Amino acid sequence: MTAKPSTTGSERETKTAPAETMITLTINGQKRTLAVAPWTTLLDALRERLELTGTKKGCDHGQCGACTVLLDGRRVVSCLTLAVMKDGSSVTTIEGLASNGTLHPLQQAFIDHDAFQCGYCTPGQICSAAGLISEGKATTADEIRELMSGNICRCGAYPNIVAAIQQAMGGRP
Amino acid sequence: MMNFAYARASDVNDAVRQLAADPAAKFIAGGTNLIDLMKYDVERPSRLIDITRLPLKFIEETADGGVRIGALMPNTDIAYHPLIEQRYPLLSSAIMAGASQQLRNMASAGGNLLQRTRCFYFYDTATPCNKREPGTGCSAMQGINRINAILGTSEHCIATHPSDMCVALAALEAKVQVAGPGGERTIAFADFHRLPGDTPHVDNTLQAGELIVAIELPARGFAANYSYLKIRDRLSYAFALVSVAAALELDGETIKEARVALGGVAHKPWRVAGAEAALRGQKGGQAAFAQAADLLVRDAKGFGHNDFKIDLARRAIVRTLTQAANGTPQVQSSKKIR
Repeated sequence: MTAKPSTTGSERETKTAPAETMITLTINGQKRTLAVAPWTTLLDALRERLELTGTKKGCDHGQCGACTVLLDGRRVVSCLTLAVMKDGSSVTTIEGLASNGTLHPLQQAFIDHDAFQCGYCTPGQICSAAGLISEGKATTADEIRELMSGNICRCGAYPNIVAAIQQAMGGRP
Repeated sequence: MMNFAYARASDVNDAVRQLAADPAAKFIAGGTNLIDLMKYDVERPSRLIDITRLPLKFIEETADGGVRIGALMPNTDIAYHPLIEQRYPLLSSAIMAGASQQLRNMASAGGNLLQRTRCFYFYDTATPCNKREPGTGCSAMQGINRINAILGTSEHCIATHPSDMCVALAALEAKVQVAGPGGERTIAFADFHRLPGDTPHVDNTLQAGELIVAIELPARGFAANYSYLKIRDRLSYAFALVSVAAALELDGETIKEARVALGGVAHKPWRVAGAEAALRGQKGGQAAFAQAADLLVRDAKGFGHNDFKIDLARRAIVRTLTQAANGTPQVQSSKKIR
């Protein structure tokens, strides 16, 4: 397929002639074709190549959840996902949740419950919560907290985040 | 991240052939550990061989009453599968105790076995580490070793294996099916991971070019009396300081069969045959469980910051065995330890 890179560090670090691969992703319902290097993460592809900057880069190591998106309907961290491996997949980002100018119930619930301060973790929180709801495994507040533990909020808005998710789940308003 | 090449494997044989042809290459599936380590420059593969298109995403019953889990089955899908929830709830519980839902959605069964240690010094390329760079020394021995091993250590390495799933698999006596240049073979779970000894850079007994294709669970699932208790620095989404997988088979109050595996304390899930043998035929209860706990940590040795793990492990073992015997397993979403 591609030429084998040298295994000596100095040569490989020069990043010469990246072997780019064409991939097609369905992003928020729209087919997008782009060329990516093997090391391009889905997060970088979204933000830097497709200008979908709603998805945030927090830790870039899978620890904070800010980059959470729905990949083929399941929540994943896009920072530890290589775009080239997901050729043919569909991706939903925070930009794809509202429909026809109406906020997604989770977006509305986050506003109703003041479930954020700085807002940096919010796109990831909301995408993660959308995944949580479609999994259908959480009913109690304890279960919501446990299954949302991959999304860190430095402002500490957790009680309001749980309340917002409960509202969107159709529980307590 | 260093530059690397990318190739897809078309079938198991092709994957094995591609890895055999390039020893500096690595397989990639979920990528949750490997990509992270590549970003830290700890792993520097020349090429990633994408195995995610291989037909290894299945859970099926075996002829001898067990269950076979394909190596590409995501962790979440294993934990929530009816066969696993009903017959091997210890495995479901251990999986749900680890990582976050996003990572469990991504991480594969095979990759879970191949996680590298979370020792701070393994991750920090500015410090010596025998696991990362053989022969450079162990920084943890005299360093911040709160999270490090107390059992099975060597003078070269005190790293732990970070998996929760593997602790349950050890207790259940799973088998690992692998394919390699020499054909297929099956490895008993106890023989899959290894102790650091003089070669701490070697985590397991996979041979060059081998690929995990499936994990096989024997028929015995301990569904009535089990518990997985994980003790960590925060209530969720943290690696274990100590974890315990306990599985009992009771005849009335008498213990017919007992399995206890520890996580967070050694380079591999820790079992002691003598501790399990001591439980068989007993009625259970505090004294019997304390005796088993003493046998499990008998050879434990602390390195300063992690001395507390010895007592913590002893108490966690007693508590987990009590939960298992009472049929009241630890609930992973409720943080109360009863």
